[in-house]
Amino acid sequence: MKPSPSQEETDVPMPPIKPGERDRSLAAEVRQRSGANFNRCFQCRSCGNGCPFVQAMDYPPNVLLRMLQYGMDQAVLESKTIWVCVGCHTCSSQCPMAIDLAGIMDVLRLAAMERGVRIAKPYIPDFHEEVLRSLKRYGRAHKLGIMWRYKLQTRRLFSDMDTGLKMLAKRKLELQPSRVKAIKEIEDLFQCYWRKSK
Amino acid sequence: MSAYPQLDFSYFPGCSMATTAAESNASMMKAAKILGLNLIELEDWNCCGSSSAQTLCKDLSLGMAARNLSLADPGRPLVAMCPRCLLYLRRAQEALRKNPDIRQDLEDRWGRTIPLDLEIMHFLEVLVRFAADRLKQSVKRSLKGLKFVPYYGCTVFRPPDLDREKFYQGEMENILHVLGAEPIVGAYTHRCCGSFLSATDPEIVTPLVNEIVDSAVLAQAHCLVTACAMCQLNLEIRCNSKVKLPVFHFSEVLALALGAEDYEGWFIRHLVDPRPLLQDLALVA
Repeated sequence: MKPSPSQEETDVPMPPIKPGERDRSLAAEVRQRSGANFNRCFQCRSCGNGCPFVQAMDYPPNVLLRMLQYGMDQAVLESKTIWVCVGCHTCSSQCPMAIDLAGIMDVLRLAAMERGVRIAKPYIPDFHEEVLRSLKRYGRAHKLGIMWRYKLQTRRLFSDMDTGLKMLAKRKLELQPSRVKAIKEIEDLFQCYWRKSK
Repeated sequence: MSAYPQLDFSYFPGCSMATTAAESNASMMKAAKILGLNLIELEDWNCCGSSSAQTLCKDLSLGMAARNLSLADPGRPLVAMCPRCLLYLRRAQEALRKNPDIRQDLEDRWGRTIPLDLEIMHFLEVLVRFAADRLKQSVKRSLKGLKFVPYYGCTVFRPPDLDREKFYQGEMENILHVLGAEPIVGAYTHRCCGSFLSATDPEIVTPLVNEIVDSAVLAQAHCLVTACAMCQLNLEIRCNSKVKLPVFHFSEVLALALGAEDYEGWFIRHLVDPRPLLQDLALVA
């Protein structure tokens, strides 16, 4: 049967993917660390359709799973998707095959940090780093300090300034940090080998 | 003072309740006092680790949450109000049950035991399990006429690794209905508020928050009532819809119904002032 014209038009040349020849070490690692068996996925797209953040992602979660199965490790780890995901678990609770997609995203973020790949949304881990710096110093999150240093570091000091001012006016940002007394117990927990030491 | 025999609980506030959502903390403490629930703050508690430790380092995340467990008195339940804190505390306990070596290491390091059977619960559960009768008897200011959307956010009961645990769907409606308020259905109640993307990518979060608030407006609610301090903040600071609704912390509405009079101090901290609504309903002067 002749293909319909519309099919011909969408026939974009793609580099051939030969699943049998692919190294699927990341897929195996993710299965092992997350405990989620994503080979059950039959691409129903419930995850992507329900995700509140899918518009800010480069690949919907179901596509990311398929890429993982194809061994496209670098593209997966360098995707925006894994950083835009905040772990709200909407996908996990909607998946008819009970695949914990949010748990998979968690492992992918860690793998991206551990392997030092290019991060598609670098200021998101920068923000988390700032939070951790505050936690290491005080044992608790000092939000004013976190936002100030985060904005300095990412050179976005004046973006979103009105929100910060409103929060200050409503005394939602404490000027002084609250501290844990036994701070040594907290410091000793900061042993992540790949963390930037600061 | 409370008219009831006192029940003791350990209480983990967490960073949001201690700072940005101090009004939620104050109103919860007030309500607890009226109901005879004695919430004893964990001595020298630390941050639960939050999404940041969870994202960057699993061991750190576990250690931060576990230290709080090690500070808890095994003889009484541990209560949290922030859903994320609750999640990380429960997850840590679950992980330590499965990994006795890690638990031993942490216990040796701190010289304290980590109670694995400690009950960790949300404040909503405390109300339903321990104070249901007291609630009915303590209504001083009926919330009659107040139409609210119960907004749970994403975390109170969602996470799959805890799906065999208790969950809290419907509890806000149950409690506030007893106090006279009218729950509104047909609006978003669990859709994520954007979480920390509110700090890094407000342009992603604003449309989401608008959808949530707009859905409540469409459903003809007067306000939203949240179970999560971070949701409350995001729904207020990131909404730029034409019609903005007041967003209450659950504890504020609860304390109000129980007759609290120190609400001014809570409501001046809101970006959308809820007082005109409450005055219209003759709930406050």
